[in-house]
Amino acid sequence: MSDKPRKFKGGVHPDDSKALSSHKAIQEAPLLDCYKVIMHQNIGAPPELVVKKGDVVKKGALLAKAGGFVSVPLHAPTSGTVKSIDKIPGPTGISVPCIEITADGEDEWASPFEPIADWKNAEPAVLKQRVWDAGIVGMGGAGFPAHVKLSPPEGKKIDTLILNGAECEPYLTADHRLMLEQAEEVVLGAAILARILGLKTAVIGVENNKPDAIEAMNKVAGKHNIQVQALPVNYPQGAEKQLIYAITGREVPVGKLPMDVGCVVQNVASAVAVVDAVVKGIPSIERVTTVTGKPLVNPGNWKFRIGTPISKALELAGGITEQPAKLLLGGPMMGIAQSSLNVTVMKNTSGILLISNDEVSQYTSEPCIRCGRCVDCCPMQILPATISQAVENKRFDWAEKLNVMACIECGSCSYSCPSHRPLNQQFKRAKVEIQAGLRKKG
Amino acid sequence: MSEETPTIQLPDPAKLVVSNSPHMRDKPTISKIMFTVVVAMAPACIAAVLFFGLAAIEVLLLCTLSCVVFEEGWNKLTKRPSTWKDGSAILSGILLGMNLNAGAPWWICLLGGFLAMILGKQLYGGLGYNPFNPVLVARVGLLIGFPGIMTTWDKPALGVFAVDGVTTATPLGLAPGETFIGDMLLGNVGGCLGETSAVALLIGGAILLYFKLIKWEVPLSFIGTVFAITGIMHLVDPTVYHSPFVHVLTGGVLLGAFFMATDMVTSPMTHKGAWIFGFGCGLITSLIRLWGSYPEGVSFAILFMNALVPLIDRSTIRKPFGFITPAKGEA
Repeated sequence: MSDKPRKFKGGVHPDDSKALSSHKAIQEAPLLDCYKVIMHQNIGAPPELVVKKGDVVKKGALLAKAGGFVSVPLHAPTSGTVKSIDKIPGPTGISVPCIEITADGEDEWASPFEPIADWKNAEPAVLKQRVWDAGIVGMGGAGFPAHVKLSPPEGKKIDTLILNGAECEPYLTADHRLMLEQAEEVVLGAAILARILGLKTAVIGVENNKPDAIEAMNKVAGKHNIQVQALPVNYPQGAEKQLIYAITGREVPVGKLPMDVGCVVQNVASAVAVVDAVVKGIPSIERVTTVTGKPLVNPGNWKFRIGTPISKALELAGGITEQPAKLLLGGPMMGIAQSSLNVTVMKNTSGILLISNDEVSQYTSEPCIRCGRCVDCCPMQILPATISQAVENKRFDWAEKLNVMACIECGSCSYSCPSHRPLNQQFKRAKVEIQAGLRKKG
Repeated sequence: MSEETPTIQLPDPAKLVVSNSPHMRDKPTISKIMFTVVVAMAPACIAAVLFFGLAAIEVLLLCTLSCVVFEEGWNKLTKRPSTWKDGSAILSGILLGMNLNAGAPWWICLLGGFLAMILGKQLYGGLGYNPFNPVLVARVGLLIGFPGIMTTWDKPALGVFAVDGVTTATPLGLAPGETFIGDMLLGNVGGCLGETSAVALLIGGAILLYFKLIKWEVPLSFIGTVFAITGIMHLVDPTVYHSPFVHVLTGGVLLGAFFMATDMVTSPMTHKGAWIFGFGCGLITSLIRLWGSYPEGVSFAILFMNALVPLIDRSTIRKPFGFITPAKGEA
């Protein structure tokens, strides 16, 4: 590994607005009397329910077990009674099953796992099983089950573990605060993950705009032989493929996975969850989330139980001073716009963001003037403007030839377009159409 | 459970906008880009007024007005929304003026506006859809229709704010050795409004490059190619062929390379394509100037290369990040 990170081609520099919450220490959110745990929180198969209405559960008790290898179990955020198992509108607007728990206020532990204090001498397979049992997913936003990434198929050799602390999305500061306040846990998590993969070391990539976090991590990194790599500020530096390139110089081939170039990437928050699971025996039932935005009275970072309604999170942040234009789960570049305050915090909810009206002046899209800004900033080096033309003509075959499937949906093209064309949206559509076409063919 | 106090206000979900990501947009808009280019044209416009007097202002204003009126007239006729505020018609108007002689009659300006906006742009569908640079369509159309008017150039009268009746040939029409580089740099030579002052055009070009509104590859390869080809010919026979400095500093090479060939709509989108495009413009310009029947070839060269842009774009499709060449036998 070189000292200087490589710069990926393209990228954009949106105003990061992180100062709203980056100086606010993580606060523990108070216990609520009701949590709504959305069932399907991971990419892959949904978990299978093991409780029924009326059951009394303790904090950390299993609510649903993994529904396959690419699936993770779900645990109770607090002790109480299962009030209902109903469908509620999920973060994408589609109805999803949800387990509602009425808290008894005791917050009594179920102690689902024995802590593995001597993790250094534990079998990697045992540690990996614990990561799975604890229901840990990629907490940066994707929600991909962590144990799957830790299970390279036979013949694929992993030589580099990267912890993603880039946090390149504007506004979000949850990972920043985590690295600053829980540097020891992040580094310890890296060491445990490295042991599972049979590696001696790991690299933690952090964007340069968090010098205090880099310093805090550097102080403790030596203990477990972990390296901290400062990265240039360039959105999307935290995208998996761009991060691997910056740190190792390897390009993940189109349509392949990081493990195909010998890399595993885990989010720093996931690493902390691994420490909780292994060393403390706590399943993934809480996470640090940034609640921010200019319309909020008191933006900050909170540790929420999974299942906390967004409305409660906004109340903790003091409510609003003006009606926002948008409510997002995640950051402003890739986050999902919400139409309801009833959606709840999930394992991959890195941010709850309110965008004010003057930040999203709504545009009419104008004709492409072929300025090439999207071509210059595309981190995947495809040709957004040309693909957009193909999609407008419903030539999805043409879009596929132009490598639309390589698109990582980072939104840089739409961000940069002076004609405000819905490029990202068109590519998402093209990808869906192409996949539907493949399924039809069989 | 925290009691909901009346002081805490929550967003009204009914008023939340739901749309696709990203939820942030960069600042530039079409009109900001167009008006920045207009600003970059300012030095050359000022130079034109200094050298040619009020007549230059008259031509520039008439052309701008004519372009805006024809564009808006067409929008009215075809019941399309008004577009003049995006600045593209204003920019075309100024560029058209820069391509005309200071003594151009009023009706040439009007006709030029018609050719540029209607024939060059709106018939193809308006902004973004025209394959050819509208201003050059107008310039070449006028050149073919009125060769006399379009090849007679007023002699600049430095510091005199009055129409100068004396006309002159462009330096390219003179025999080698009769031209003076210093005059050409400042603009004290005959030519259309925008072609005279090389210094002013270079300042404008620097502004465009600074704001990243043009691809630097286009002017570099365009001017470089002209310099190289005319330089070689000058070395072969200096009595017949002008020095490469004369070729680069006179006529439309600088205006063409910085302001016309770089038009976003009608030039390639990739950087590789920009190299090919600029080289082609330079090559054809040199061929026409050295051996063609016109003393000037920039307009024809750019129009010809405009026609090739779809082909250039298609042949310069780049490999995506992480592209692996499929092994032989695989699809």
